[in-house]
Amino acid sequence: MGQPRVIIIGAGPAGVRCAETLVRAGLRPTVVDENRRDGGQIYRRQPDNFTRPYDKLYGTEAERAQSLHASFDALRAKVDYMPETLAWNIFGGKLHVVRDQRSKALPYDALVICSGATDRLMPVKGWHYAGTYSLGASQIALKAQACAIGRQVVFMGTGPLLYLVASQYVKAGANVAAVLDTSPLMRRVAALPKLLARPAVLRNGLALVSYLKRAGVQVLTGITPVEITGSAENGVQGVVVRDKHGNERSFECDAVGMGYHLRPETQLADLARCSFRFDAETRQWLPEVGEDGRTSVPGVYLAGDGMKVLGADAAEIGGRLAALAVLKDLKLKVNEDELQALRAEQAKMDRFRRGLAQAFPWPAEQAAALPDDAVVCRCEVVTAGDLRRTVREMGAQEANRAKALCRVGMGRCQGRYCGHAGAEIIAHAAGVPLEQVGRLRGQAPVKPLSMAVREEVE
Amino acid sequence: MNHRFVRLAETNRAIVRIVIDGAPVEALAGDTLMVAMLNNVRSLRESEFGDGRRAGFCLMGACQDCWVWTAQNTRLRACTTVVAEGMNIVTRQPEATWANLA
Repeated sequence: MGQPRVIIIGAGPAGVRCAETLVRAGLRPTVVDENRRDGGQIYRRQPDNFTRPYDKLYGTEAERAQSLHASFDALRAKVDYMPETLAWNIFGGKLHVVRDQRSKALPYDALVICSGATDRLMPVKGWHYAGTYSLGASQIALKAQACAIGRQVVFMGTGPLLYLVASQYVKAGANVAAVLDTSPLMRRVAALPKLLARPAVLRNGLALVSYLKRAGVQVLTGITPVEITGSAENGVQGVVVRDKHGNERSFECDAVGMGYHLRPETQLADLARCSFRFDAETRQWLPEVGEDGRTSVPGVYLAGDGMKVLGADAAEIGGRLAALAVLKDLKLKVNEDELQALRAEQAKMDRFRRGLAQAFPWPAEQAAALPDDAVVCRCEVVTAGDLRRTVREMGAQEANRAKALCRVGMGRCQGRYCGHAGAEIIAHAAGVPLEQVGRLRGQAPVKPLSMAVREEVE
Repeated sequence: MNHRFVRLAETNRAIVRIVIDGAPVEALAGDTLMVAMLNNVRSLRESEFGDGRRAGFCLMGACQDCWVWTAQNTRLRACTTVVAEGMNIVTRQPEATWANLA
């Protein structure tokens, strides 16, 4: 056999470090990436005619961003880079990709999926109003386009991104009306031993919170979202929550950035037939991964937040680990000391991840408490009441069954933003444990394709 | 209050002219179509399910809530399309709206 064919999906922190490690070993991997530029979402590059320097764009992570971009620039001639290319299916031992309405099937000996994550969302009444964005979206608007999502912005949800985005907005001169965190402060104290696995990151996080307070931004913890108020024509006008004492509080705003940490993009792993397991700690199904990112399917590997949300630094380690696993499985030489060092570092990252999960929990109880008229599926405007009726009157207790009957998860986002909350609602209405509801099956194409797409046959 | 997004920096870029619902407006080179539009208007499209105006959600090509129509009857995902001189966008889609029977 000639050179082994290795394909990496994604050019974020995991994909770039994976490619770098493979190139160093003498391989020439193919890097398929949906974005126009490398960097992924976290280190997304601004357009060429923008001039903000790295420290302004990436703050404490400026050096890491710059190093990742420089590494990929140096790799460009040594990999087959396919930007603006969507990996939309894995079938018959081939990766199916599409660019400019042309679809191609790429055979591989090893496939490393570094698909990243999207925001994990819990619906709230009114979140379909224009002006509600995910936290990730709020950050992209600022980082990649130098815009705020509104004149007066409320950030709501939980997790490290909540404080990071809010402080980035304040620093950039945006008007932040409030930061509303569903997690009670005590959870953070309890999680401290685990969070101390990465003391510098913990320090940075604490600094963000005090920066916001010094800037005069109201920061409330332990809140319960009640409603985003607004109108169908004009969009968001305010946010109503209950504070930790149970008092109702209203905040005027024209935009809301919301999110509850992140969820891995696992559709491609699913289409590759990788096994999944239920993760009780974060209440979601995750791909089953063995050592260094090996999945249950030989030749298919996962790295980065698309495997498990460990953050950008861990994604760089994960990309390197997956590359070493590929090399080992291809019977090529790897440096065992490097492998051991990376594994030890990754163990710390995982301890920190568990600390974050404890400090900023997914607010499952909110799904059960959603009013019947709250929209769960933004794509097709299916309400919590519609979903509950499907469970109670039609007996659907499994996620895909409920999807078939009431279309929750059937819309254009394919359940990315309603799937987790939908499963919680089904479980509560049916009175069964969440894991029994199962998970929405990944379907090809993983994102909508134009009817005009043509297959290239070689 | 005729636009939704607020520019905070990088305003010293070349002007790009586009048309939204028949009105000529100005955007900046390097804007995504979504940013170009939301710096001029408050929404991108009408929900097909009768619940009002939409202005996108994820900005990373995952939610598909920012597809807009062109006057030539093609569709563009506004958050992943770079704005180009002469684009002619309509925010009221020409296709029939689905009945919401709920």
